[in-house]
Amino acid sequence: MSTGTAQAQNDTGTVCAVRDLVKTYPAVRGRRGTPATPEVRATDGISLDVGRGEIFGLLGPNGAGKSTLVRQLTGLMRPDSGSVEVLGHDLVRHPERAARLIGYLGQESTALDELTVSLAAETTGRLRGLAVRDARAERDAVLEELGLTAIAGRPLKKLSGGQRRLACFAATLVGDRPVLVLDEPTTGMDPVARRAVWAAVDRRRAERGATVLLVTHNVIEAETVLDRVAVLEHGRVIACDTPAGLKEKVAGQVRVELVWRERAPLDVPEVAALRPSAQESGRRWVLRLGPDEARAAVAAVTGGAAFAALDDFTLATPSLEDVYLALGGDAANAIKGLVKA
Amino acid sequence: MTSIIPARTAPSQVRPAPGPSGSGPARTAAAPLAPRARLLPSLAAVYRAQLSRARVARIPLLFVATFQSVGIMVLMRGVVDGGAEARAVVAGSSVLVVAFVALNLLAQYFGQLRASGGLDHYATLPVPPAAVVLGAAGAYASFTVPGTVFTAITGSVLFQLPMTHLWVLVAVVPLSGAALAGLGAALGLLAPRPELATLLGQLGMSAALLLGVLPAERLPEPVGWARDLLPSTYGVEALARSFDASPDWGIIAFFLAICAAVGVLSLAVATWAYRRAAVR
Repeated sequence: MSTGTAQAQNDTGTVCAVRDLVKTYPAVRGRRGTPATPEVRATDGISLDVGRGEIFGLLGPNGAGKSTLVRQLTGLMRPDSGSVEVLGHDLVRHPERAARLIGYLGQESTALDELTVSLAAETTGRLRGLAVRDARAERDAVLEELGLTAIAGRPLKKLSGGQRRLACFAATLVGDRPVLVLDEPTTGMDPVARRAVWAAVDRRRAERGATVLLVTHNVIEAETVLDRVAVLEHGRVIACDTPAGLKEKVAGQVRVELVWRERAPLDVPEVAALRPSAQESGRRWVLRLGPDEARAAVAAVTGGAAFAALDDFTLATPSLEDVYLALGGDAANAIKGLVKA
Repeated sequence: MTSIIPARTAPSQVRPAPGPSGSGPARTAAAPLAPRARLLPSLAAVYRAQLSRARVARIPLLFVATFQSVGIMVLMRGVVDGGAEARAVVAGSSVLVVAFVALNLLAQYFGQLRASGGLDHYATLPVPPAAVVLGAAGAYASFTVPGTVFTAITGSVLFQLPMTHLWVLVAVVPLSGAALAGLGAALGLLAPRPELATLLGQLGMSAALLLGVLPAERLPEPVGWARDLLPSTYGVEALARSFDASPDWGIIAFFLAICAAVGVLSLAVATWAYRRAAVR
């Protein structure tokens, strides 16, 4: 399935082209204490095109294959079949070139944990091939840009999760690269730090035409920062478009959220009728309805007996989460895997 | 919905591309690659970073290593009565400090780094694998210097050995350090689980302890063979012979050369193990 849009291939040029990428983890025989796991196709024929200067997102629940895909893009893992081309270089044949094209922020910080923020950034820059003087200059600039100067002398281990993540992000930026691959860069960050990350990403895109590939769980973030997003499930791309384009697929729907005081008044017939289409989690019901149905539902619960049992309700236009569900992503996974905060 | 993310500073679509390849479609012409990090500068960078983390995390362990060796010498004072055995004990205890840090701790470090995914950081930088392994090994080995010197001097005082030729440590520490650190790194990187890396490191150190400190003449023959296989043995032998009144420099150089050869070999194995562990 080719999911690149015309927009991506226009004047911008394709920076990253992935074709039919397959990676299968072999079945593991069960031993004492560890159950057997069947063969898993972590990426199952993935094809993508990412254009220059694009902020491209990979969205999906845990285990959808996002990190496996990213590991194959960064040369950390060899695919069973398929091709990865970044800026004209075949990374399946030459995985070692990935390090010279891509700045990668992984999920783990263990290699840097015992270093100070400043030394982590400087060392990473030097290992990206910068001379000492350049590495120090870039380090100072990046730490200043991200507001880390005040904690530059502290070891990463002593920082909070969000600060540590930001320090690792700083290390990723020292030593300029035309492509950035960021695996959940803002996990655990406060709003100030998040803003610093997105401002830094935008600056690199505006000034140097950097392309960013972003793995995320976070639907709201995906909606606001991404140019295009590929929704992954079970190792396949189930949709790929702009966030707005994806949302158009469920444009006819309204999301109704009901929060009951104690429990839903199922003795009210209208409420009982809504129950089959509701997705329940404790006192909260989420319904995706056509506009007319939604109006009727709201009228039903805000009048009479049902209203007494109602704690709160909201009506909203669909989010990417709704898109994900409408595309056939299974609901239990969506709730577990996608953060809405 | 209120966004916490600032509005984009740039429009998202069509952008004239001032990329590294200039303008034009990127697909046809491959973009230039950023330079590789060269071996020596990146080795220096890794060395410096490792030394800084060693300063924070390893000082208590260095004390443990030193006191352990001093303690062993005090114990052995009641058993051996001067002469060749005393030299072997002092030399063995001194090199034991190197084994503790370079073999045991480095095996643990690389075992944990591999298990936690920390190797990805290095594997996604254009750095020669040898620089990572040598930088870490060098930092661990040089961290053993104060402990080794302290142990050797204390031992010389305890057993009334001449300190004239203790400068041999200048060669003994780096060469046996290289051999043991290479072995430690290889064990850590090859062990499928971090606990196994820790176990192998501990076993290696126990071997260095028993085979290095106990006088060779008293060991049964098969254990003697194991002693010959252990790289630290040659460092111990070289140091022990330097306590003689008129050392045989030829044989000391020979032992140090074996150490160096094993060092080159084990570091090569460690580098191979790193490559293997980094790209799965």
